[in-house]
Amino acid sequence: MPQEDKLDLLQGTLDVMVLRTLQALGPTHGYGIARRIEQVSEKQILLNQGTIYASLVRLQQRGWIDAEWGTSDNNRKAKFYSLTKRGAKQLAADVAHWERLAAVMQRVLAMADEGEKS
Amino acid sequence: MIYYLREGSQKLRSFFQKKRLDQDLEAELASHIDLAIQENLKQGMPAEEARRKAMIEMGGLEQAKELHRDARSLPILEKFNQDLRYALRAMRRDAGFATFAILIVGLGIGACSTVFSVLDTLLLKPLPFKDPASLVWIANRTKMDGDLSGATLQVGRMLDFRERNRSFSDVAGYFGFYGVGDSKLTGEGKPERLSSVPVSQNFFPLLGVQPYLGRHFSADECKWNGPKVVMLSHGLWERRFGSDAQIVGKTIRLDDADTTVVGVLPASFDFAAIFAPGTHIDLFAPFSLTKETDAWGNTLVVVGRLKPGVKLARAQAEADVLGMQITAEHPHANGLDPKLAFLGDHVSGPMRPAIAVLVAAVAVVMLIVCANLSNLLLARMASRQKEVALRITLGASKRRLIQQLLTESLLLTSLGALLGLALTIAATRGLAHLDAFSIPLLSSVRVNAVVLAFTLLAALATGLVLGIAPALQAAGMRLNSKMGQRGSGETKGHAWTRSVLVVAEIAFACVLLVGSGLLIRSFLRVLDVDPGFRPESAAAWRVDPSQQYKTQAQQNAYFDEVLHLVRAIPGVQAAGLTDVLPLGHNRSWGAGAKGQTYKDADYPDAFVRVVSDGYLKAMGMTLKKGRDFSERDTVTGATPVMLINETLARRLWPGEDPIGKLIVGDCVKGDRQVVGVVGDVRHVALEQTSGSEMYMPIRQCQDWGSVDLVVRSTLAPAELSTRVEATLHPLIPDLPKGSMRPLSGLVDRAVSPRRFIVWLLTGFAFFALILASLGIYGVITYSVARRTQEIGIRMALGAQSSMVRRQIVLQTLFLAAIGLSIGALASTAMARALRGLLFGVTYGDPLTFVLAAAVMLAVAILAGYLPAHKASRIDPMVALRVD
Repeated sequence: MPQEDKLDLLQGTLDVMVLRTLQALGPTHGYGIARRIEQVSEKQILLNQGTIYASLVRLQQRGWIDAEWGTSDNNRKAKFYSLTKRGAKQLAADVAHWERLAAVMQRVLAMADEGEKS
Repeated sequence: MIYYLREGSQKLRSFFQKKRLDQDLEAELASHIDLAIQENLKQGMPAEEARRKAMIEMGGLEQAKELHRDARSLPILEKFNQDLRYALRAMRRDAGFATFAILIVGLGIGACSTVFSVLDTLLLKPLPFKDPASLVWIANRTKMDGDLSGATLQVGRMLDFRERNRSFSDVAGYFGFYGVGDSKLTGEGKPERLSSVPVSQNFFPLLGVQPYLGRHFSADECKWNGPKVVMLSHGLWERRFGSDAQIVGKTIRLDDADTTVVGVLPASFDFAAIFAPGTHIDLFAPFSLTKETDAWGNTLVVVGRLKPGVKLARAQAEADVLGMQITAEHPHANGLDPKLAFLGDHVSGPMRPAIAVLVAAVAVVMLIVCANLSNLLLARMASRQKEVALRITLGASKRRLIQQLLTESLLLTSLGALLGLALTIAATRGLAHLDAFSIPLLSSVRVNAVVLAFTLLAALATGLVLGIAPALQAAGMRLNSKMGQRGSGETKGHAWTRSVLVVAEIAFACVLLVGSGLLIRSFLRVLDVDPGFRPESAAAWRVDPSQQYKTQAQQNAYFDEVLHLVRAIPGVQAAGLTDVLPLGHNRSWGAGAKGQTYKDADYPDAFVRVVSDGYLKAMGMTLKKGRDFSERDTVTGATPVMLINETLARRLWPGEDPIGKLIVGDCVKGDRQVVGVVGDVRHVALEQTSGSEMYMPIRQCQDWGSVDLVVRSTLAPAELSTRVEATLHPLIPDLPKGSMRPLSGLVDRAVSPRRFIVWLLTGFAFFALILASLGIYGVITYSVARRTQEIGIRMALGAQSSMVRRQIVLQTLFLAAIGLSIGALASTAMARALRGLLFGVTYGDPLTFVLAAAVMLAVAILAGYLPAHKASRIDPMVALRVD
């Protein structure tokens, strides 16, 4: 698939996706989160997996997620992230915000044409 | 919102844990790739393919790390940190330049901050009292400058005013004629002369000064002849009483009387710093506001506190009306004609022009420092062109380059500011201990938070100012043109900027030279003034008769004894007594010629001195006519006599011989016959001509507050001190050792504020001169280096080395001439502003201007000659081969 067809991530959207993924999956490592987002988006967004780590450290510093080193299913060392209470609250607020925005966008785009002005 | 704070602090923390976090990220990314490979392998890819796919999906590793770092930390701080390290490296590479730059920035900022701390203490900071903005100085308008009798208020008038005015919540005062060293402390320890100020009961409460220990004076203690009590200054309490916490209630022996200590004042209260600069005040006694003290005439220095919301102008209008009413009601007492001024203005107002000059001077010095450093940085920039070009090629943005170069100059000025701060701390400490300087509040000059903030600001501002030109220049550099060029290449505009900077330096230095020149000339003129007495080889001691000499006859016998004993010392040429030494307090009495009638406002006043025979000779004053006092001018059987000065003689009997004439005055008891005329003495200030003066014989006039013995001798000071003290010991057992005061000290103290300004300004001018000469030297050396090849070619073609030399010196002179012309114009404007501080020279004083120009020119020629000489020795062969 040519790169140009992929969607650029809007500012701030990756953070919400990460939070939501953690809520859905429970404690997960960075690779797991990245894979999951790719699967769910059906590879429609342009995501270098590496960029997820900037988002993770930002969310961690804000106290929305926790991080801990642990072992994966196949016995590999990995850093596991989990949603905090505060993160859950923030996610709820973000979800509400995105839903409103999406609804507004939909209504605006679906506006009926009113013909020429003259 | 709180999470932003949290995020900020986390970011700051991660800035300092860079290494640990980087390792953690490294491990995490490795595990990420590992997980991806495992999954790919599980899907059946060959190992090589599994690895490749994992890496592709990951995206750029370095990019991921960079993003992570930016997100977790503060990118600005990271960059700043980088720049700083780079700057430090650059500095180490060019240590000579860095040292020089830090040194001159340090000196410049040190000078600025020191002057600022003086400005802050004297003009900006409120006085150390409660609500100082409502404190008002209330003094009578006077006919004669420096006439304390005229300016002080009579007790009765002060009470009238206090009762009737509606502008002031309270009015208090202190006895203005207290004498330094008036009180004698005996008892435990060495006897010592202390200075005590009598204050009204409400004086400290009005200022809002709370006792550190004990209490204020009570109403009972402020009655006439009330119980003997004192409050101690904090300094005396520490020094003499070892900070005795139990001192309150104890009795000390003061002026041969038991006196109870009722309180100790706080260390923050320094009476002398505000009301009597250059002296120490040790004790405070209660001053009674009663009919007895009213009878002493004008004695009170008065301070009032305005009611909230009352403007000074309104208070003044009311005071004018009240003054007229009160004066009219008491035709036989001293009048009341109050002039109000805010206490702060009264205290530091006289220093304002001098401080303005200093501020202007340091500003100019700082400009020179900036010009000089800018110049050096530009020169350095030229040799760093290759480096900058390389960085541009490697992708550094303009913004980043400017940031980098500004960081370098800011680092320099910050280090300079550190040095400057150390200098300021040392300088303010020195200033605060200049006891000999009678400048108000000087003792409380400190480096405080405001001064620190100022220093920081100065460092930032200089860093930006002097860094901006080279930074912009570097940013404007074009790639292609620079990469291949020689390191010493330089554009036309570049050289022009540097020449302009040097011209500015010369002009500024010229302004400072003229300013300090004018002040030095004024200072010398003041020292040249004939004060009417000869201070050299004369000294004074306080020898007030103790309580045991009660009657005037006993006191006269004591005076005879003192004079006989001292005059018998070999080497003593003359000795005399006086109640007041020149350049100190002044009081005045009315002095009218007998038989003359005067209008009230025109009634002649004269400063009063009570002196003994021999005083004129001991002081080195001149007797113009008639005779000196003698030991026979006493109370019994002798005519009341007096001496007057030439000014009073002219005032009372113009064109006539005053000898034998009589003077009546409201304070002179009975008529007095003039027996002699004395040369005028500058009693108020060296810069001021003396007013009318009259001298009463001490044996006929008991109205003295203190007695000083003045001795003129051929002995060395130390010898004189021990001889006189040993001789007087049997008569005055408690005469403190080492209490001799050389008369030259009086003159020194009188000129001390002027000397203070002269010192500082001359220092600044010298500094400016050095900087300007370095600036010239730098620019000329540089232009010579740039033209090495050209000069080499010319010499190869037969140019004489003297020609080359002359041409370069001429180039220097050209710069100097432009700088001097601009400087001369600026100096004229500056000198005009300086007028108030000048004495005996006009602001356009040609000699000063010519000298300043000559010095500047000489320095410029020297600074230009050195590189010129070097250029003339260039070997053409070597020069042509230079890269």
